[in-house]
Amino acid sequence: MVSFGGWDMPVEYSGIIQEHVATRTAVGLFDVSHIGEIEIRGPRALDLVQKVTCNNAAKLTPGQAQYSGLMTPQGTFVDDLLVHKISDTHYFLCVNASNQDKDFEHVRSHNTFGVEVENAGPRYTQLAIQGPKALGILQRFTPVALDTIRYYHFTFGKVNGVDCLIARTGYTGEDGFEIYFPPQHSEKMWNDLFEAGKPVGMVPCGLGARNTLRLEAAMCLYGHEIDDTTTVWEANLGWICRLEKGDFLGRDVLVRQKDKGLDRILVGFEIQDRLIARDGYPVFSGGTQVGRVTSGSPAPFLKKNIGMAYVPLALSAEGTPIQIGIRTSQATAQIVKIPFYKRPK
Amino acid sequence: MYPSDYRYTKEHEWIKVEGSLGTVGITDYAQHELGDVVFVELPKVGAKFAAGKAFGTVESVKAVSEIYSPASGEVTEVNASLANEPEKINKDPHGAAWMIKIKLSNAQELAVLMDAAAYEAYIAEKQKEASA
Repeated sequence: MVSFGGWDMPVEYSGIIQEHVATRTAVGLFDVSHIGEIEIRGPRALDLVQKVTCNNAAKLTPGQAQYSGLMTPQGTFVDDLLVHKISDTHYFLCVNASNQDKDFEHVRSHNTFGVEVENAGPRYTQLAIQGPKALGILQRFTPVALDTIRYYHFTFGKVNGVDCLIARTGYTGEDGFEIYFPPQHSEKMWNDLFEAGKPVGMVPCGLGARNTLRLEAAMCLYGHEIDDTTTVWEANLGWICRLEKGDFLGRDVLVRQKDKGLDRILVGFEIQDRLIARDGYPVFSGGTQVGRVTSGSPAPFLKKNIGMAYVPLALSAEGTPIQIGIRTSQATAQIVKIPFYKRPK
Repeated sequence: MYPSDYRYTKEHEWIKVEGSLGTVGITDYAQHELGDVVFVELPKVGAKFAAGKAFGTVESVKAVSEIYSPASGEVTEVNASLANEPEKINKDPHGAAWMIKIKLSNAQELAVLMDAAAYEAYIAEKQKEASA
């Protein structure tokens, strides 16, 4: 167990490699109750969401979710988040556990629209069921036709007799679902799902596998790839920044940075030998330090040693050789296309 | 669980002494804390280490950890099989996954190491701290 944002979280149950591979090939069950929820309600709910985030929430239809960034006035990240549109007057935001209070204060401080902002974390447990067999297992517990929920959409319905928000989202690179429900049902829900899933290879997964799975899928982790010093352009997240939506926090800075061009950008790399890059290790090119590793790990499914790092734009093309400082040596690495892993369609 | 003829360090290495030769590895507690071991870096035969100095590195999926020499001496043999089968460290840490053999230069140093009972008490205390 480790303390994570005030929660006691298991890093692993049966072992990171087994948990990771089970999620890629069968199904993993994740207790992600630590994830924070913020609910915004009122006639001008959309105006507040639009002001504090960089993606265009006006494009959402009820029952649709989008990945977005919570912006500082400098166009950097307060956090990354999922914005779920429940109705024109009700949005449900999912944020990082360790940022929940900061995010809530931030959203509230920009509430000039007279809407209700609720720090709703304590009202929800979240379980993630991820992997090619996720749908089949979860379907046994709900009358909702899960295959009708499209990727990044959600609906409300009973799971195991409990009212849930059922979203087809995840942080693993696999198909799967994230369900939100009142915490008093946590234990029974977990146990019942696990009992049903065990015969088809369901494995409980901890924070360790959650991290290696998201890294293979090249998904950003706050505090690593993104924080209040990085922008969407630098983090290769231009697709979640919709300048055309109108004004939002940090937009002017982001417009200027886009016009001026970037000094650095987030890339993926693969190490050529057996050495393993870790978070914070220096990145070199021609003997000069040019950046730092943001996340580095063995990739249990790909069986390679991979990582992400910020490097100067000139070194960001696929195939560019770089070196990673690992203890006393410099390991040879190469910029590769991300995501490292893409699930078969 | 912990062989009674081994001595143990606070950094979770073990040493088994036979004459002037010591065999060194990491403990079951250490492999369990690390999780799946995927890589190990060991010194070359002939390398000399003082007691308490790092002689190698072990990496699991989640963490990297240095391995410290329980005693001073010169490396006489390295377990080369761990390069291709690092997972042995998880399976048999006190046996097949020995890491190096050293020719001891000062057998007196061993007196400060823990015996099995002391080590078991030591890790029981660690586990209590972790769950507190």
